[in-house]
Amino acid sequence: MSAQASYYVPEQSRWPIVASLSLFLLAFGAGTTINGFSGQGDTGLGLVLLLLGALMMGIILVGWFGNVISESRAGLYSAQMDRSFRWGMSWFIFSEVMFFAAFFGALFYVRTLAVPWLGGEGERGISQMLWPGFVAEWPLMNPPSESIQGPQALVDPWHIPLLNTVLLITSSFTITLAHHALLRDARTAVARWLLATILLGVVFIGFQAYEYVEAYTRLGLTLNAGIYGATFFILTGFHGLHVTLGTLMLVVILLRVLKGHFDSQHHFGFEGVAWYWHFVDVVWIGLFLFVYVI
Amino acid sequence: MSTLETTTVTGEQHESHHHGPAAGIGRWLFTTNHKDIGSLYLWFSLLMFLTGGVMALLIRAELFQPGLQLVEPGFFNQMTTMHGLIMVFGAVMPAFVGLANWMIPMMIGAPDMALPRMNNWSFWILPFAFAILISTLFMDGGAPNFGWTFYAPLSTTYAPPSVTYFIFAIHIMGISSIMGAINIIATILNMRAPGMTMMKLPLFVWSWLITAFLLIAVMPVLAGVVTMMLMDIHFGTSFFNAAGGGDPVLFQHVFWFFGHPEVYIMILPAFGIISQIIPTFSRKRLFGYASMVYATASIAILSFLVWAHHMFTVGMPLVGELFFMFATMLIAVPTGVKVFNWVTTMFRGSLTFETPMLFAIAFVVLFTIGGFSGLMLAIAPVDFQYHDTYFVVAHFHYVLVPGAIFAIMAGTYYWLPKWTGHQLNECMGRWHFWLSFIGVNITFFPMHFIGLAGMPRRIPDYALQFADFNMVASIGAFIFGFSQLLFVWNVIHNVRSGEAAPARVWEGAEGLEWEVASPAPYHTFTTPPRVE
Amino acid sequence: MGTIRITTCSFMLSLLLVGNAQAAWTLNLTPGVTEISRSVYNLHMTIFWICVAIGVVVFSIMFWSIFHHRKSRGAKAHNFHEHTLVEVIWTLIPLGILVAMAVPATATLIKMYDPSDAELDVQITGYQWKWRYQYLDQEIDFFSNLSTPREQISNEAQKQAHYLLEVDRHLVLPTDTKIRLLLTANDVIHSWWVPALAVKKDAIPGFINEAWTRIEEPGIYRGQCAELCGVDHGFMPVVVEAVPPAEFEQWLADARAQQDAAAAAAGRSWTLEELMTEGEQVYQRVCAACHQPNGTGMPPAFPALVNSPVVLGDVERHIDIVLNGVQGSAMQAFREQLSAAELAAVITYERNAWGNNTGEAVAPSRIVQLLQGDGQSEQEGGQ
Ligand code: HEA
Ligand code: HEA
Ligand code: HEC
Ligand code: CUA
Ligand SMILES: [Cu+2]
Repeated sequence: MSAQASYYVPEQSRWPIVASLSLFLLAFGAGTTINGFSGQGDTGLGLVLLLLGALMMGIILVGWFGNVISESRAGLYSAQMDRSFRWGMSWFIFSEVMFFAAFFGALFYVRTLAVPWLGGEGERGISQMLWPGFVAEWPLMNPPSESIQGPQALVDPWHIPLLNTVLLITSSFTITLAHHALLRDARTAVARWLLATILLGVVFIGFQAYEYVEAYTRLGLTLNAGIYGATFFILTGFHGLHVTLGTLMLVVILLRVLKGHFDSQHHFGFEGVAWYWHFVDVVWIGLFLFVYVI
Repeated sequence: MSTLETTTVTGEQHESHHHGPAAGIGRWLFTTNHKDIGSLYLWFSLLMFLTGGVMALLIRAELFQPGLQLVEPGFFNQMTTMHGLIMVFGAVMPAFVGLANWMIPMMIGAPDMALPRMNNWSFWILPFAFAILISTLFMDGGAPNFGWTFYAPLSTTYAPPSVTYFIFAIHIMGISSIMGAINIIATILNMRAPGMTMMKLPLFVWSWLITAFLLIAVMPVLAGVVTMMLMDIHFGTSFFNAAGGGDPVLFQHVFWFFGHPEVYIMILPAFGIISQIIPTFSRKRLFGYASMVYATASIAILSFLVWAHHMFTVGMPLVGELFFMFATMLIAVPTGVKVFNWVTTMFRGSLTFETPMLFAIAFVVLFTIGGFSGLMLAIAPVDFQYHDTYFVVAHFHYVLVPGAIFAIMAGTYYWLPKWTGHQLNECMGRWHFWLSFIGVNITFFPMHFIGLAGMPRRIPDYALQFADFNMVASIGAFIFGFSQLLFVWNVIHNVRSGEAAPARVWEGAEGLEWEVASPAPYHTFTTPPRVE
Repeated sequence: MGTIRITTCSFMLSLLLVGNAQAAWTLNLTPGVTEISRSVYNLHMTIFWICVAIGVVVFSIMFWSIFHHRKSRGAKAHNFHEHTLVEVIWTLIPLGILVAMAVPATATLIKMYDPSDAELDVQITGYQWKWRYQYLDQEIDFFSNLSTPREQISNEAQKQAHYLLEVDRHLVLPTDTKIRLLLTANDVIHSWWVPALAVKKDAIPGFINEAWTRIEEPGIYRGQCAELCGVDHGFMPVVVEAVPPAEFEQWLADARAQQDAAAAAAGRSWTLEELMTEGEQVYQRVCAACHQPNGTGMPPAFPALVNSPVVLGDVERHIDIVLNGVQGSAMQAFREQLSAAELAAVITYERNAWGNNTGEAVAPSRIVQLLQGDGQSEQEGGQ
């Protein structure tokens, strides 16, 4: 850590406080909206606050990142700054890993402990006294209580999910190819490979949406379909949300490449998005194995 | 760390874009300065401490005598819940982040935090999050009333409508904590002055590095568990409902996977502060620097393996019960290493007892008592008797109030002259200390007895055999509570006036922060000092 | 331990100020009346004294330094640090102490985890805010509610000795018999705790937990719900009455006879006055916790029954709610908790009390009819 140039400490900024306000609107609006749907509160007002918050957040993200980008392009950022960003992004991804870990943990817990107990196996198997006739199985097609309707059928892992796996793994390759192209300063190649990655992401999301429609309309696999539906949708749902976010980030990067941003030395923005994309990919592999296949 | 030598401390030189604080309210709203943000965190924390404290006093007033006098049972539960949440997330955590903001850049020779704008955002989310949380008190059906541990299904199927707001408040609070922690890690790993190697970092910095890691690891898990609650309440999932194949105990596992590391998040920075103060007033370097670092790391790692000691009575399989019992007991070893280190540092030193040191010594003694009761709770078969009684309440208040809170006060008194440039008013500091010390023990010591005698926690009314000690505890709570007004007075007085303080405020103090002037200049190290 | 000294004198002081101790105050865990509870007590005391001993050693050194190594007495700092041997020792000794604690703890825990060979099974179900006891294979099934009068809680009457720790029906158990307890809950998590038996186990809806006990001395043992379960968590005590086996047999016979009598009562005809008197009792005992003694409820959580459209409207709907509850709310199905006569009485009471003067009476026979008539309405109620 020798020869440090002075570290860039930004001027006062209005973004953070406005961003806090918009988070407040998002949170309060979401609470009011959702309560409204459940019959306690004013959905209309909630939606207004929610959308206002989301709109503000959108503007802030564009503006704030815009600031950072122009500072970066103005050469204000030292190599040390670059390392700060890298640490920041890495730890952010670690926090995302832990977020998914909570849901994977829940999945493993119900599969290996709770459901067998309810079905009479293991140390708390006596619980079956309360659910006569319940048979433990995974995937759980017939939940313990008759008041909860399990799924009629499951998603076949060897069709859309397998295809989606191939799509995402391919996209991890294409983004790496884009990165290599960037290191060689081959800008058209960068744009092409990025575009390919984005298309793969979009197709993935499309398939996922199709799968959800199928699940709801044909398979009876819904949020209400007992614990299988719950774990299925929370895992694939949050993953899908992350793919969507990742795709948006890729689009931003592509636009920046087209505007002539980044060079073979300075392209943290690009790399951060690439890391994120790889992370989303790895989570999917876990999902494919533990939600669909096994 | 007597080996620290600074050659170039250029706090007063400014580059063109560096200047003093802006004027007016804008300074606080838009600031990117770690000292301003540190102050914001600390003031916010004080406000929350008083708010949570007033709720505690209401609880104690209701429990002054058997029978229902002041509040309805429903409101009592809301007070218990809000008191716990506000103290944990509003008072203790922000106070430590505030101290980190103020001190870490100064201690490692950095110009500011690594990501100053995000730093501002981390802070300003908090007042909004707590505005949501506190506003639930005025909603139909009242505020959350299911305890700060919000076990399902009391917090899902049976919860008041305000639970939805509670969930989103937790979400944005989590975002704030994660961003704050990322910032601290990036600062420590990347912004150290040349020569400031990891094994030269002041212990406060080390303890925060490890705490930040814990925060990033567990806050997302909390977000995950409240998300599952939201789904169960509004979208018909069955995570915590056996009818659909889920399990209410699943909630507890996920919650405590967050919750146990969380309690260490509230004590590790305290250990760091105490490890700064004791050497200073012993005029002697810390006995075992390296072993302190390893002990802190071990506590953090173990903290991921012990969560189910909060759940000994849920009917876990025997092997689980044993595993969590043994793992929990192990934590006494590294914690013991810390206590022994502090004592050995004082041994054959040249001790003086200014206010920060008084709080530090009280911390060591009373935290250890809290640790001992923790160890007793860790013994699963006996925990069947202690669990959910006032014995647990006594345990965690001993580690949190004369633990975390005393450490925060010790740290505040220790660094206040550096922040304001004014010497402490020792006399008033001592008054505050002795009243707090006596008050805290009168409040929480009897709780051990009522717990052992069989009083459950979270009840607004109790059987007659618990009456005497409850009365004592309530009297203590009012003594302790009102003594905190002295703290408020001390801080405000010190900000406004007092003798000018020199750069090295305390005779035995070592470290970069004591090389710069008091008050510390707005931008401390524009060019990094060299540490040899 | 200096602090202990200081706290003790503070206690003395405050106690002097407060004066008069009403009930004999206990400071410590009870040794209890079972083999397990005594092992637990011994374990507790052992670990307590070990902690005290460690505390005395550590704090003595500390206070010795505080007195002798103070600057004001001219002490000079000796700058020693890092001594590997010392550090290894103070890691290993605590480790050894912990192992010594873990051995008896493990042994006790294993004993507690063995419910095999029980001679009597009792299923205990937690409800918001009462316990249900079912003696499996004995056809006995009843609820146990707090019986402390409201006036005592609201300070309008002198509190009696067992304030908040008394119930209308005790859980009667035989001594010297291994009893297996099967714990579950109907709504939220509760926790069944009797200190004298050293049994505390959570009652979790949808799951069953096992515990066991073998009581050695006849007597009455009191405990409380130990898991926050809503508004009246503080008001759901547990009372166990241990009696010699012969007496227990007698009690079983009496209890069965009482159950039969209640069933017979539903068969005869009741006057409105009879129903109102009986109904008021049931209401105050069971319903008032939520709907309040005067029927005003605590909206929005608990609706008022005064002027309630349900109570003033169609009687069938009213009966349905009381029998089958409202799914997903705190309003439980009372069909199993109360006898047919009690159900009829409480519904009649609600329809005629507090100015709800519908003048309608619900005959117990009508309820019997409904209770027997259908497996279906149970299904419907469960939706
Ligand atoms: C700052 C917060 C903090 C800290 C540091 C601790 C520290 C510890 N805690 Fe505590 N705990 C809480 C906050 C904290 N706790 C809270 C908030 C709850 C309740 C949550 C709720 O339900 O609401 C709780 C509850 C709690 C329980 C659950 C009780 C129950 O609900 O039934 C248990 C059980 O094992 C436990 C154990 C421990 C242990 C073993 C330690 C150890 O880390 C202590 C180690 C320290 C020492 C042992 C003393 C010093 C050591 C020596 C001098 C060495 C020699 C000693 C020996 C060999 C014995 N704690
Ligand atoms: C760091 C955390 C922290 C702190 C500092 C405290 C501080 C205090 N707590 Fe506690 N407490 C918890 C964390 C904490 N607590 C938690 C997590 C729970 C569990 C919650 C649950 O069960 O879910 C709990 C529960 C809890 C209970 C059990 C409630 C129950 O089970 O029903 C009690 C009962 O006595 C209590 C008392 C106190 C008291 C008297 C203080 C005192 O230290 C407070 C001191 C008082 C003040 C600081 C007030 C000063 C203010 C004034 C004098 C007024 C000035 C006014 C203005 C300026 C406007 N707390
Ligand atoms: C644990 C709390 C609780 C207890 C005890 C309780 N109730 Fe209720 N009761 C409720 C709640 C909550 C509702 C509202 C249900 C809903 O519609 O969501 C309710 C609704 C009702 C209603 C319908 C009122 C209306 O306007 O919707 C009647 C009638 C009623 N209860 C009668 C009784 C009777 C009779 C008893 C005693 C035998 C009783 N309740 C005991 C909680 C309780
Ligand atoms: Cu039932 Cu608490
Ligand atoms: Cu813990």
